[in-house]
Amino acid sequence: MAPANVFDGLGLDLAPVRSATPAWRARIERDRLRETCIAAAARDARLVALWGSDERDRDGGFALHLTLATDGAMLWLSVPLPQAAPEYPDLSDVFPCATRMQRATRDLVGIASNAPDQRPWLRHAAWPADAFPLRRDFPLARTYPNGTDDYPFVAVAGDGVHEIPVGPVHAGTIEPGHFRFSIVGEKVLRLEERLGYKHKAIDKRFEGCDLTAGARLAGRVSGDSTVAYAWAYAMAVEGAARIAPPPRALWLRATALERERVANHLGDLGYLGNDGGLAFGLAQFMRLKEDVLRLNAELFGHRYLMDFVLPGGVARNIGRHGCDQLVGQCDALEREVRTLKDIYDDHAGLQDRFLTCGRLEPDLARRLGVLGLAARASGQALDLRVRPAFEPYDRLGVEAMVRTEGDVAARVAVRFEEIFESLRLARILAADLPLGETAAPFETLSGRACGLGRVEGWRGESMVALEVDGGVIRSCHVHDPSWQNWPALEHAIIGNIVPDFPLINKSFNLSYSGQDL
Amino acid sequence: MLKLLKQIAVVGIKSEAPPRPDPNLRVTGERLKDEILRVFGGSLAIRHVDAGSCNGCELEIHMLNNAYYNLEGLGIKFVASPRHADMLLVTGPVSRNMETALKRTFVAVPDPKLVVAVGDCGCTGGVFGESYASCGRVANVIPVDVAVPGCPPTPVALMQGILAAIATKRPG
Repeated sequence: MAPANVFDGLGLDLAPVRSATPAWRARIERDRLRETCIAAAARDARLVALWGSDERDRDGGFALHLTLATDGAMLWLSVPLPQAAPEYPDLSDVFPCATRMQRATRDLVGIASNAPDQRPWLRHAAWPADAFPLRRDFPLARTYPNGTDDYPFVAVAGDGVHEIPVGPVHAGTIEPGHFRFSIVGEKVLRLEERLGYKHKAIDKRFEGCDLTAGARLAGRVSGDSTVAYAWAYAMAVEGAARIAPPPRALWLRATALERERVANHLGDLGYLGNDGGLAFGLAQFMRLKEDVLRLNAELFGHRYLMDFVLPGGVARNIGRHGCDQLVGQCDALEREVRTLKDIYDDHAGLQDRFLTCGRLEPDLARRLGVLGLAARASGQALDLRVRPAFEPYDRLGVEAMVRTEGDVAARVAVRFEEIFESLRLARILAADLPLGETAAPFETLSGRACGLGRVEGWRGESMVALEVDGGVIRSCHVHDPSWQNWPALEHAIIGNIVPDFPLINKSFNLSYSGQDL
Repeated sequence: MLKLLKQIAVVGIKSEAPPRPDPNLRVTGERLKDEILRVFGGSLAIRHVDAGSCNGCELEIHMLNNAYYNLEGLGIKFVASPRHADMLLVTGPVSRNMETALKRTFVAVPDPKLVVAVGDCGCTGGVFGESYASCGRVANVIPVDVAVPGCPPTPVALMQGILAAIATKRPG
C-alpha cells in the first residue's frame, strides 16, 4: 500500500489498517513511548490526535492512543496502562500540540501525564476532579451539581499591564470560548484561551451507537465541516467492514466536500472584509454563499449537505441536469469571485489591515504542528488531497495553495486560491462523474474491527478513529485540526493591537465545537 | 472605488419578500401585551447566545442578514449586549459548561423580553440530548416563548419563528 513507510524503522510490530489512505496500527509498552515519539518526530512525523480509553473490561487496564502522520501514512499507536498506575510520560516537549490533548484525556479518562500543566481543560465545573466520564462504569446520564469554576489563568505582571476577559458569550453571532488578554495600552502582550464550553459528551455518546446513528452524530461534531466528518467516519466504517464505496459515490462525496470548502471560504472572505471595515465585501460574499446553499438544498437535499455522506456511499444521486447546474454555478462563481478579488486587492484600506497582521512564522507553524489552511498560509504544504491523496483526489492533480507570509493577508490569499482550485475540481467531478451505483450494500459487522478515516476538511485534517464490537461502536474518537491551530492563534496575536483580534481570529476561523467534543 | 460601485450597480437589489409568521412555533401562550409587541414589531433587538451548538444554526443565523433575507430591513437587528436586547435567540443544547453563562445572559436582558430556542438541539436536545455534559433543550434552563425546529432551521423558518414571537393577536 505505502511505497516507503517512515514508520518501518521504528522497531514496531506494525499491523496494516484497511483505510482509504495508508495506515498502520501498533501497540507499545509505556517505557518505549517517548523514544518512539522522538524517533518519529526526527523523521518529520506529526502528532495528529491523542486520547485515552478504558479497557478494564478487556485487559484490566486503560490505554493511551496517539495518531502520528507523515506525508505518506498514519500510525495509530496504543499504549496499555495499568489500572493501579495509569500514568504516562509527558510528550509536549516532542509534540507541543499534545499539551491540551493530554489535559483533556485526564479530564475524561483519568489517565495523566507528568506534564507541568495539570489544569483541567474540558472539565469546568460540571463534574468533580475524581470522576471520569469516559470510564465504562460512568453512566452517560449521571449528573453532578455545578462545582466552583476557578480556572487559574496565567497572570502577567508589570507596569501598566491590564487584563481583558472576553467570553464565553461574545459580541457577535459566534461560538463560545474565553480569551484572556494581557495588554499594555492597546498592544497584546499575551493571550490565553480557555475552551471546552461546548463539551457535549460526544465521545461518550458514540459508545453503543449502531453505525448508522454514529454517522448522524459524526456529521454534527462541527456543522460547517459536516461533509468532512461524515466522510472520515464513513472511511473508518468502510475500513472496518471491508466495504468499497462505488466510484460514483466517491466522486459525489468529493463534489460535496469541495462545495463545503467553497461555501466556508466565501463566508470567511465576506466576514474578513467586514472586520477590516469593508461591509460591501460581507454583502457581496454572503449573497454568493446563499446561491451555493440554495443549489445544495436543491441537488443534495440540505443547504449544508448534512447526512449526504453515509457509510457505503452517498444518500442520493445527482443526474445529468444537476451536474450541468453545478458546472454552471462554478462558472458564475468564478467570474464573481475574480471581480471581488480584484476589488479586495485594490482596496488600500483593507490591505492596510490585512498585511503583516497576525503573523504566524513558518518555523513556528511547523513546530506547533499546525494543520490545514493556517499551515498552508505559513509555508507548510500539508493537504491530504495532495499527499497521501485519497480517492478520487489521487487522479485529479490537486494543487496545494501555499503562502509563506503567515499573516491575515496570506490566509485571505489562500482562501481565494482554494476557491478557484475547488471550482476547477468541482467542474471535473461533475463533468466526468463515473456511472454506476451511489452506495455499496452495507451489512452489520460482527466481531471486533477498527477503522481510520482522514479527510482534508476546509480547516484541515479531520480524523476519525473507530473501534467496533458486535455491530455497535465500542469507541469513536473524532479529531478536529483546531486542536493544533488554537494554540497557534495565541502566538499570532502577540504584538498586535486588541481591535485586530477579531480580524486575526476570523482569519483562522477555528472550530470551538469540534475541539470541545 | 469605481469597480466597487460598478459591482453594486450590476448586482442590484436581491431582497425577497419576508415570510409570514408561523404561529405553530409558539410553545407558550402569548405573555406580553399587544402594546409591547407592537413596539417590538417596529424595532426588535436580538441577542444571540450559542449555548452549545454544532455551529450549524449559527451559520443560518448569519444568513438572515444577507441580501436575500435582509432581516434588518424588517427593523430587526442583532446587538452586542444583552442589556440592549428585547429577545434572546439561543442555539444548541445547553452544555453544562454554558449553563451559568446562559442564565446570566438571560437575567441581563431587561424585561419585557422574549426567548426563541433554535434548532432541534434547542427544542429537544437533538442528537446530544441530556447527559453528564448537556442539560438538553433550552427550556430546561430558561423559559422559552417560541421554538424553531430544524437541523439547522432555514433562514425562512428562523424568520417565521422570530416574527411569530412578536406577532400581535391582530395581524398587521
